[in-house]
Amino acid sequence: MEQPPTHDLPWTSPGEVAEALASVGYLPDARIAQVVYLAAALDKPILAEGPAGVGKTALALALAAATGRRLVRLQCYEGLDEAKALYEWDYHKQLLRLQSDEGAAWDDLEGDIFSESFLLSRPLLEAIRSELPVVLLIDEVDRVELETEALLLEVLDSFQVTIPELGTITATSRPIVVLTSNNTRELSEALKRRCLYLHVPYPTIERERAILAARVPDLADAMAERIAGTVATLRSENLRKAPSVSESIDWARTLLALGIAELDDAATSDTLHVLLKYQADIDAAVKELSLPPPTADPG
Amino acid sequence: MNRTLTSFVDELRAVGIPVSMVEALDAADALEFTDLADRENLRAALGATLVKNPNHYGAFDAAFDVYFGALARPAEVGSDADPDHIGEEDDLRGAVMDALVDDDRERLRRLVGRAVDRYSGMQPGRPVGGRYYTYRVMRQLDADDLLARMLAAIATTPGGGLDERLVRDRVESMIRALREDVDREVTARLVADRGAESVAASRRMPLLEDVDLMHATRVEIEEIERVVAPLARKLATRLSQRRKQGRRGRLDVRRTIRRSLGHGGVLIDPRFKPPRVSKPEVVVMADVSGSMATFARFTLQLTYAIQSELSKVRAFAFIDGLDEVTRFFGAGVHFADALVDMSSNADLVRRDGHSDYGKSFEEMRERYLDVITPRTTVIITGDARNNYRPTGAEHLAEIARRARAVFWLNPEPERFWDTGDSVMSSYRAWCDRVEAVRTLRELEVFVERAALPVVGHG
Repeated sequence: MEQPPTHDLPWTSPGEVAEALASVGYLPDARIAQVVYLAAALDKPILAEGPAGVGKTALALALAAATGRRLVRLQCYEGLDEAKALYEWDYHKQLLRLQSDEGAAWDDLEGDIFSESFLLSRPLLEAIRSELPVVLLIDEVDRVELETEALLLEVLDSFQVTIPELGTITATSRPIVVLTSNNTRELSEALKRRCLYLHVPYPTIERERAILAARVPDLADAMAERIAGTVATLRSENLRKAPSVSESIDWARTLLALGIAELDDAATSDTLHVLLKYQADIDAAVKELSLPPPTADPG
Repeated sequence: MNRTLTSFVDELRAVGIPVSMVEALDAADALEFTDLADRENLRAALGATLVKNPNHYGAFDAAFDVYFGALARPAEVGSDADPDHIGEEDDLRGAVMDALVDDDRERLRRLVGRAVDRYSGMQPGRPVGGRYYTYRVMRQLDADDLLARMLAAIATTPGGGLDERLVRDRVESMIRALREDVDREVTARLVADRGAESVAASRRMPLLEDVDLMHATRVEIEEIERVVAPLARKLATRLSQRRKQGRRGRLDVRRTIRRSLGHGGVLIDPRFKPPRVSKPEVVVMADVSGSMATFARFTLQLTYAIQSELSKVRAFAFIDGLDEVTRFFGAGVHFADALVDMSSNADLVRRDGHSDYGKSFEEMRERYLDVITPRTTVIITGDARNNYRPTGAEHLAEIARRARAVFWLNPEPERFWDTGDSVMSSYRAWCDRVEAVRTLRELEVFVERAALPVVGHG
């Protein structure tokens, strides 16, 4: 059997990966750069797992931007099936075709209604059929059932799809595949075995500062440091929902918009609701960080 | 390198991390694209190919430091080179502090080497894991004093509030990093002395899910605490998926016909009614005396975390008296706060504060028997060590007669049951199942089974 072509990517070291990603505004740490580099070199999917909002999906978006490839996204949810992930025949169109041509010979019709113009491509098939190489993002893969996971495995293994009426479609280009998981359930061993595993934890204070500087360019350095430090301290508290990187970016933007140039205790307390989404968490944070109670009602 | 890799993979397996053949081969492939002189690159490459569970990264890092920690270490550590001019008598502690404050990694590494020379009292050839050496060095460096002095040195404004907290957090993380540096240095020397395999074997620690909950150290308990919430969330997801997809109900004729209208009346897309599934009710009775407390709290925590999959949870705690503690664990309450609240406000001690199962079962029967219905699963946690008091098995029998099922979780290994003051067999007859549950992994399996839905017909 002929192997699909490889990624054909220009990177020759993890350093170059880091540069390419940084040029589109995603700051990877050394580990992320190395794993992405390996994924390209070994032709393996990346399985990125970690708390919500640490930039797992953003990694795939940045990869697409950095390589100039199209992003094909399969958003997973409970109940996702073959028809929504791979392909589906367009029943309605087929019925119309049949009704418009009553009396035609069945053999003619069959060849006709099971042709490509009646096929609805879903993300997986789309990634395989694409002429130009793409980045395939399979988002929140932990939400699908085991059977759907098996289907994903099959596709990721061979990069080909067999449609009984049409034959086998093999990928002409090899997509970069990124799967993300919020770790709400254990994924199957088989799936994990096939992937390079990238555990994405919350960034260090230094990296978060750099991310803030890159994403909110108008932010003063001292503010970025203060925000990164405060967010790190909040994450060390036992909260129901720790603030994510995207929330800390939101916080930075909010402070900027409000014209708060120095983040003192009162300002922190008053804007805490941007960072924390549960009242119980806000109360706990005010208590543990010895902040004054918020002055205005966040609602 | 391949020999080292094989031996490293063996070590991971010995700790309990499942590494398949394919994954080991992937790691070997990955090494071809890895700068082997860069320790963190190598760590990333091996981690991504060999370890696929976030909770296993602690064990992976520990083994990695033993096998590959010597990489990128200056060769002359501890030799006569002394760019910092620190004599035997000088204040090594002060120098370490300065290096920490300046964040000068190079200097710090040299100083750590010196500190290990001077304080660890290492003896070659001894088959130890080296934690005691690390402890000795850190004690001599006096971490608490370092912390206080650094706080004083860094804190610019005596503001209190958040300023102080942020500085403290930063300093604490520096001290943690220092401890890790010392530990790495000690490990590297042990490896130089005895070889990686031997050192790895003596440093081996169980994975978090396999730690014996009764004898866990304080640090282990803190770690377990961190994983218990995600673990419980996974458990809840699994239960809810099973409940939803379990079985299909009967054909829903009305919706099927309705769906068919879009296809010209062809019934291609049958719809089914959801099956009628009832969620179980759970009553937890937990011995919270002394060493049982840790175990009880993890049981409670898991049970509360899957509350959405249960129709009702009620919790009772006992020592030599029993009290309902459900009220302490409402929605939105921090579990840790709830426990503190419970231990100061629940009425659990009648006499001397030693477990009395007989009395506690009697109280349960007298005061709360109506809580237990044929839909109730009763989970009892405790070691059944009754301090030679009457067993009160007749009260448990009455509880068991009314309940759907009674499960008993005993954190002691089975061979200790019925030894000394343990009266496990007196209660065993009234329980549907008695299990020795000692680790988080076993606890999870058990709670999942107890929460299985009761599937009805129609």
